[in-house]
Amino acid sequence: MINENIVTEDHKNTLSNEGGAAYHRLDYLDQLESESIHIFREVAGQFERPALLFSGGKDSIVLVHLALKAFRPGKFPFPLVHIDTGHNFQEALDARDELVNKIGEKLIVRNVADTIKEKNLTEQKGKFASRNALQTFTLLDTIEEFKFDACIGGARRDEEKARAKERIFSVRDEFGQWDPKLQRPELWNTYNGRIHKGENVRVFPISNWTELDIWNYIRRNEIELPSIYFAHNREVLEYEGQLVATSEFIQLDPGDKVSVKKVRYRTVGDMTCTAAVESGATNIDDIIKEIIATKTSERGETRIDDKVSEAAMEDRKKGGYF
Amino acid sequence: MDILRFITAGSVDDGKSTLIGRLLYDSKSIMIDQLEAIEKQSRNKEDGEIDLALLTDGLRAEREQGITIDVAYKYFSTPNRKFIIADAPGHTQYTRNMVTGASNSDLVIILVDARNGVSEQTRRHSIIASLLNMPHVVVAINKMDLVNNAQDVYNNIVIDYSEVADTLGLKDIYYIPISAINGDNIVEKSPNFPWYEGDSLLHILENVEVANDINYTDARFPVQYVIRPQTEELHDYRGYAGKVISGVYKKGDAISVQPLGLTSTISGIEIGGKQVEEAFAPQSVVLHLQDDIDVSRGDVIVKTDNLPSVKNELDVLVCWMSNKPLKAGNKYLLQINSRVVKAVIKEIEYKLDVNSLLKEPAPAEAQLNDIIKVKIKTASPIPFDSYKKLRVNGGAILIDETSNVTVGACMIQ
Ligand SMILES: Nc1nc2c(ncn2[C@@H]2O[C@H](COP(=O)(O)OP(=O)(O)OP(=O)(O)O)[C@@H](O)[C@H]2O)c(=O)[nH]1
Ligand SMILES: [Mg+2]
Repeated sequence: MINENIVTEDHKNTLSNEGGAAYHRLDYLDQLESESIHIFREVAGQFERPALLFSGGKDSIVLVHLALKAFRPGKFPFPLVHIDTGHNFQEALDARDELVNKIGEKLIVRNVADTIKEKNLTEQKGKFASRNALQTFTLLDTIEEFKFDACIGGARRDEEKARAKERIFSVRDEFGQWDPKLQRPELWNTYNGRIHKGENVRVFPISNWTELDIWNYIRRNEIELPSIYFAHNREVLEYEGQLVATSEFIQLDPGDKVSVKKVRYRTVGDMTCTAAVESGATNIDDIIKEIIATKTSERGETRIDDKVSEAAMEDRKKGGYF
Repeated sequence: MDILRFITAGSVDDGKSTLIGRLLYDSKSIMIDQLEAIEKQSRNKEDGEIDLALLTDGLRAEREQGITIDVAYKYFSTPNRKFIIADAPGHTQYTRNMVTGASNSDLVIILVDARNGVSEQTRRHSIIASLLNMPHVVVAINKMDLVNNAQDVYNNIVIDYSEVADTLGLKDIYYIPISAINGDNIVEKSPNFPWYEGDSLLHILENVEVANDINYTDARFPVQYVIRPQTEELHDYRGYAGKVISGVYKKGDAISVQPLGLTSTISGIEIGGKQVEEAFAPQSVVLHLQDDIDVSRGDVIVKTDNLPSVKNELDVLVCWMSNKPLKAGNKYLLQINSRVVKAVIKEIEYKLDVNSLLKEPAPAEAQLNDIIKVKIKTASPIPFDSYKKLRVNGGAILIDETSNVTVGACMIQ
């Protein structure tokens, strides 16, 4: 799945003209990669019990790839943690297991369904009843169970306007809450990960990557992705301009427009809150072409959960979300 | 393709967020759904125009008050360059957030409202740019539409600002008249300023030379983490993981591990699991040494022919970022790259007056946003370079040990 013998020849960093600045020049993707690896190693150096939150999507797959570059031939100084809502695409779960198998690292899975049972939580009702909000309960319980002091996540600042504001080391209180008006200063590349007992830090190594950077990196490093990122035929429900895969998790009503379309996914989250896009792109080059040409943002096109309110993401983060 | 990181600065309401919105809009970097969202928001406001500042003012509190509170990061690219933008708040109260964004920037755009000219906050942000040794400065004289695009208004502000720039020793300065709200001189040159001979803002941003901002002479490698797989086949493997923050390292180089000064030779360099002959800034790599010497996190591997200073008494310029005052005798943690040591403030030497740009006698204690010169003593000697000479190894932070918060930005002299 992940190519461990990383090929670097195709992006020549060394030009002619020995000695000067022109001789040593790092391409933008190499700069981003190096920044991310540096952040990973700061986590390893500063925290006792970090974890990498792994969702199975392309961003967390890139995170794993960066961690390999940061720590191989050593083991990761953290487990991968998957907060499983039970509403996943099977393809994403298969890709997750294949990846974990291949790299031989530890995976911890905690199920939202268990938290719902244990804590008597009330599930959302309705057409696209989603466990996205309940996920936070399981995450916070898992953090407590393993006493994690740092959780590495694959959020990018270009995704959403509240994320655009978050620090790379983002301190959360005992309840996982983010206080956007009281963020610590974060100077140069010097990261202050000191916290009190019970608090934790969310760390975002790919903060400065855009969607296109991620795809270019995947292409350059030949990183394997779950098949749903590529165009395939799927039965979808057309709902308010979005295409939602039919599954046992969404409720169909009489009059719903269901048809088979050629689609791919731009993001992979829960089946209940991730929409597909119509596409004929079956390989990375074509996907990159489509992304360059697109007029809609990644979350705008594919996430049903952001549309609820103007400040949906900010509110979820304040409540302990990633 | 390379990367330019830049930040906006200047007083409240000088148009920083509007400028970034305009730059993204005119360079077609805004997606339809994002535009629709801010259109909807703008309609709640009186005039009915799209408020481009909403593109970066993403927090609820910011939208409610129409101000920027914390830095927003935005991204766009043109064929040869990726831009990482930090849109900073103008409010004095949030200066520490501006410092946060500025510390990682290669260029600052200082906005000046054409009607108001150079203000206290323009000066404060200019001082910060100068302390941080910002390699490039663009002074954008904004809201030219409100002064009839008058050349003499522009010229007078340029004259005023040049004095500030001279006093502060700012380098590589560009002046440009703009109207952020109308998009004049942002992406294309505007016909409204026939007297202006320079380029559009985007043209300047695309062409500023950034490669020379990296120092390839003074090699510095702070060790972040030691990789020791301790498996059977890799029993003796011991790799020092870190980032080359400046300079170049080659296999065979004679090195010294600071602050203790133990010496050895580089026996191997790995990048992403692949052996290479050399590594240079800003690559993240793994170094191997010939000898089994004591190297741990926070040590700095340098070349024996180019050593940093190693001292426990430091002269430091500090931007103070806490509501708790700083006083002589106060103890903090000082973190420089991956090294953390205990530190005590021995003495406040002077304070910089933001208006006159002159040194004022030392106050008994420094307050939030003060810029002061202090003497700091650390519990053990630290390897560093003067910030002026080598930004990446001369900047440190002060941490309050009781709250764990970062309270000071230090530029070591
Ligand atoms: N007429 C005119 N108005 C402008 C121009 N640029 C910005 N404005 C207006 O000035 C006001 C403040 O703009 P912002 O972009 O929010 O200012 P800011 O510098 O980001 O403010 P803070 O981030 O809070 O420091 C808004 O009402 C803008 O519409 C301009 O070129 N001409
Ligand atoms: Mg603003």
